[in-house]
Amino acid sequence: MVSNLLILYEAPPLALQLLLDGILIGAVFALAAYGMALVWGVTNIINIAQGEFVMLGGFIAVAFADHGLPPLFAVPVAAAALYGLGWVLFQTLIVHVIGRDMFNSVLATFGIAIVLQQLMGRVFGGADRIVESGLGTWSFFDGLVTVVQVKVLVFVYCLLLGVALALFLGRSRQGQAIRATAQEPRAASALGIKTRQIYAMTYALNAAICGAAGALAANAYTIHAYSGLSYTIRSFMIVVVAGVGNLAGVASAAMGLGVAESFAGFILGTQYQIAFVFGLLVAVLVFRNWRLGRQRRTLQ
Amino acid sequence: MRRVPVWLQGFGLAVILTMLATGGGAADEVITLGAAVSDTGKYALNGANTRNGYDLAVDAINAKGGIDIGGKRYKLAIRYYDDESTPARGTELAERLIKQDGVKFMLGPYSSGLTKAILPVVEKYRVPMVEGNGAARELFTKGYHYIFAVLSTSDQYLSSAIELAAENAQKLGKAPSSITVALAMENDAFAQDVRAGVLDDINRHGMKVVIDDQLPLELNDMSVTLAKVKALKPDLLVISGHEKGAMTAVTQIKALKVYVPMLALTHCDSAQIAEKLAEASEYAFCAGQWHQSLSYRDEVFGSAADFANRFKAKFGYEPAYQVAQSAAAVLIYADALVRAQSLEPEKVRDAIAAADLPTFFGRIKFDETGKNVAKPMVLTQVRHGKYVVVAPKEWAADTPVIPRPRAIAVDGALSPL
Amino acid sequence: MPHAKIFGSSRSLLVAGLIGLGLLAPLVAPGHQSQLTELLLFIVFALAWDLVGGQMGYNSFGNVLFVGVGMYASAIVQVGLFYDVGRYTEAKGGGTQFLFDVPQFLTGLGFGILVAAIMAGLVALLLGSLVLRMRGHYFAICTLGLGIAAGQVAAGIPWIGGGSGMLTPNPPAALGDVGLLLYYLALLLALATFATFTWLLSTRFGLALNAIRDDEDKADAMGLATHGIKVTAWVIAACFLGAAGAIYGNLVRFIDPTQTAFAGATIGVWMILMALLGGSGTLLGPVVGAVVFQLFKELFWTYLLGWQRVALGVLIVAVAVFFPDGIVGFARTRFGRGQRSEEDTAAALKEKAP
Repeated sequence: MVSNLLILYEAPPLALQLLLDGILIGAVFALAAYGMALVWGVTNIINIAQGEFVMLGGFIAVAFADHGLPPLFAVPVAAAALYGLGWVLFQTLIVHVIGRDMFNSVLATFGIAIVLQQLMGRVFGGADRIVESGLGTWSFFDGLVTVVQVKVLVFVYCLLLGVALALFLGRSRQGQAIRATAQEPRAASALGIKTRQIYAMTYALNAAICGAAGALAANAYTIHAYSGLSYTIRSFMIVVVAGVGNLAGVASAAMGLGVAESFAGFILGTQYQIAFVFGLLVAVLVFRNWRLGRQRRTLQ
Repeated sequence: MRRVPVWLQGFGLAVILTMLATGGGAADEVITLGAAVSDTGKYALNGANTRNGYDLAVDAINAKGGIDIGGKRYKLAIRYYDDESTPARGTELAERLIKQDGVKFMLGPYSSGLTKAILPVVEKYRVPMVEGNGAARELFTKGYHYIFAVLSTSDQYLSSAIELAAENAQKLGKAPSSITVALAMENDAFAQDVRAGVLDDINRHGMKVVIDDQLPLELNDMSVTLAKVKALKPDLLVISGHEKGAMTAVTQIKALKVYVPMLALTHCDSAQIAEKLAEASEYAFCAGQWHQSLSYRDEVFGSAADFANRFKAKFGYEPAYQVAQSAAAVLIYADALVRAQSLEPEKVRDAIAAADLPTFFGRIKFDETGKNVAKPMVLTQVRHGKYVVVAPKEWAADTPVIPRPRAIAVDGALSPL
Repeated sequence: MPHAKIFGSSRSLLVAGLIGLGLLAPLVAPGHQSQLTELLLFIVFALAWDLVGGQMGYNSFGNVLFVGVGMYASAIVQVGLFYDVGRYTEAKGGGTQFLFDVPQFLTGLGFGILVAAIMAGLVALLLGSLVLRMRGHYFAICTLGLGIAAGQVAAGIPWIGGGSGMLTPNPPAALGDVGLLLYYLALLLALATFATFTWLLSTRFGLALNAIRDDEDKADAMGLATHGIKVTAWVIAACFLGAAGAIYGNLVRFIDPTQTAFAGATIGVWMILMALLGGSGTLLGPVVGAVVFQLFKELFWTYLLGWQRVALGVLIVAVAVFFPDGIVGFARTRFGRGQRSEEDTAAALKEKAP
């Protein structure tokens, strides 16, 4: 650990490298987290199958690449396919757990996650996949800092997608209906908004966002049928920190997480990177609780 | 009072249905081998390789008329379960195969970890297990009597790569002790023993380890380790982490423009890095148990190349060495059953222990701990999307290229050579 | 009071029948001994989960943490009493042979189970004061994080074998069938768990747990020391989970940090599923759930080879979505036996208050 810190001290540009890597992957986390926040805010459901939606989007991109189609075309296709899947899942299953104890929906979506990852494993195989973009790399500081172009491309697309989403929610009629339902479902319902439709749309929209994020991510990061859970946990952590329905907050929390992971992996050693993510989750929750406790005491 | 029957029924049903669920034994004239192989989970890919290797060998032996014991002809069959790549499941299934399905001869699972999990069960019921996919030395120092491994142990995987580095340094007039090495090994039984073996070789030459990272089991990004490599510029980078490690390594080494003069990996051919990532993997050294260009042969399959062709015709892809070693494990049973002329596990075990068999996979002869000591590892180097054998010298098709030409490794342009 | 009805007149009969069946089962079905041992341990897992989940309303995804702590604690004691643990787990294999004679093995096992229970309880005490202040899904997901982090940390400690895992001592051949011994230990533990929980839930403490589940703020306002009660329940559950983990480790013999010990995706979820399947918040539910689950599991793994996990996932979804009250809950609504309602709990609590 000390020797790793020494490396950083001797080659300071590496810190820039770690920072960049963290920020670049953060954009993917941000999209998945924003989708989770949307569903959480509107339907009060925590979707554990979030990471599996991301992986499914990624496998669609890989399938495109395997058939010689340009992988970026896979993004809208993945979004559309996942939208459909999300809609069906909602109408057949999720609709029954809405309004029930939160634990029930957590377990239900956990079950969906297991089924999805097993099916992906069977259909696409247990191997790690990545789409070869064919794009190059920029080097700085005599090769000490390298930026993979495709990661930047993925980052930019994620940002664009995020902005488009924010505009949709803020400006469009349907976006307003979603927000209205999130704020006060009964009033929204009284005003003629079909809340069940809105719920279904929100869940499907979240699946589509994840699908698009996965299809983008597969160009720069390896995907695997069984590694969705870490995306779910990261999304959850980001939403807990940033709150529901705040895109800028979600984006900065996501990038912060990316950077923290990247430095933790370097300093603690990669074998502790996942322990770090989950340990951070616990720390964040304990801190949140402590802060709430203080607020409560102040109020009293 | 209604509660009592619920209890009783529940419990009774559990007993009866579990028995029903797991009943059924072997039919006449068939010798059933048992195997719990990963159909799902992180080892699914090599689980399939293992299974395909077993199946190919069983088909080949049956096509030749099966096995003759005491004038009676037996066909081979395999009863499979899916261990899901988890040791807990593996143990349970091994127990089920032996105790409930009445299997008397076991084949190994895929990976050292799962083999380690199954061993205590096999030992407990005194049933022989011939395995082709558990290479960690740890398996052979616990005094087990019923395990036989057709493959070379993990510590030998990358020995010849270290030797090549040392020879190359001497050729350049430098001391091998001036070589710096970076290790990135997965945190599992197999890779950690590869690391132990490599460390022994490194220490013998007095080389210096500058990075010693352990890769997590759920690895999908190696960029932090590679950042260290960029800063410390080691001469030799050694990576072992099953297919995921090999794939992630070569992809990211290229993407991040990391230059190391020598790159040594395990699991290249099962990850198909030369085929799928030809540019990125160019000039990487790969450890292998077997290669189809070797001059081994046997009566069932013919030469190593014949085996490869037969496999390709049936399954449609090039056989990785995991396929070959699995098939070889079945050949050991066929040979031992004939020599034992018995279906007694104990007698077959003794026949296996006495085996000295030339196969398409290499010669197989076990030492007293059950590991094969008659077959060397091979080292290949990726050249233009093909694995070319470079060590040991007797089979070398070409001399190794050290260092990796910088223009190719960093800028990615394949030279016409 | 349904519990009084069940365990009043027919109690001794039930207990006798049960013990008889438990004692005879491995002799009747010797081929299924380890599945039966596993079933008994599953019953302990499900009961212990439900004490905190169903009875107290704190749905934990991380109880597998205590199973893992118990498993490792026991293995370390079993080996460490006689050999150097670090050498025993070395990647090269340590060189020498590590053999255990009968008294060594039995002493190790006995102390191992005891230490496992204590260690798991201590860990629960330590963590409980932090995480039990959280509510609802924050608690659920925090415990999920704890369980997974624990596995990763264990995989990073070479002394206990790191990612290569650890073997529990090889039982000496002179001991005969260790499986039978483990079966009876598991039976003893399952009975002890059931008896302890039955007693606990009949006391004022049990009512306080239910009160916390029904409305924690009200319970707090009524003057219950809710935090202390929560931690106590969590520690009790952890002790039983730890002891069960110790036996489980010896049953499977090989402890993998993320797949056997801290196996959040299998045992961790299964124990919840078992409790819910049978009916959480009841004493009988987890037991029935464990039996039915073990049956499903064995059938899936035999007849749906390769698709067993999909089937299991479907089962989880089906239970969560369509049968959230479980088998016992369903039977109760069907046969008109109401569950203890919120008012009942409050009234009973008042009645029992000193």
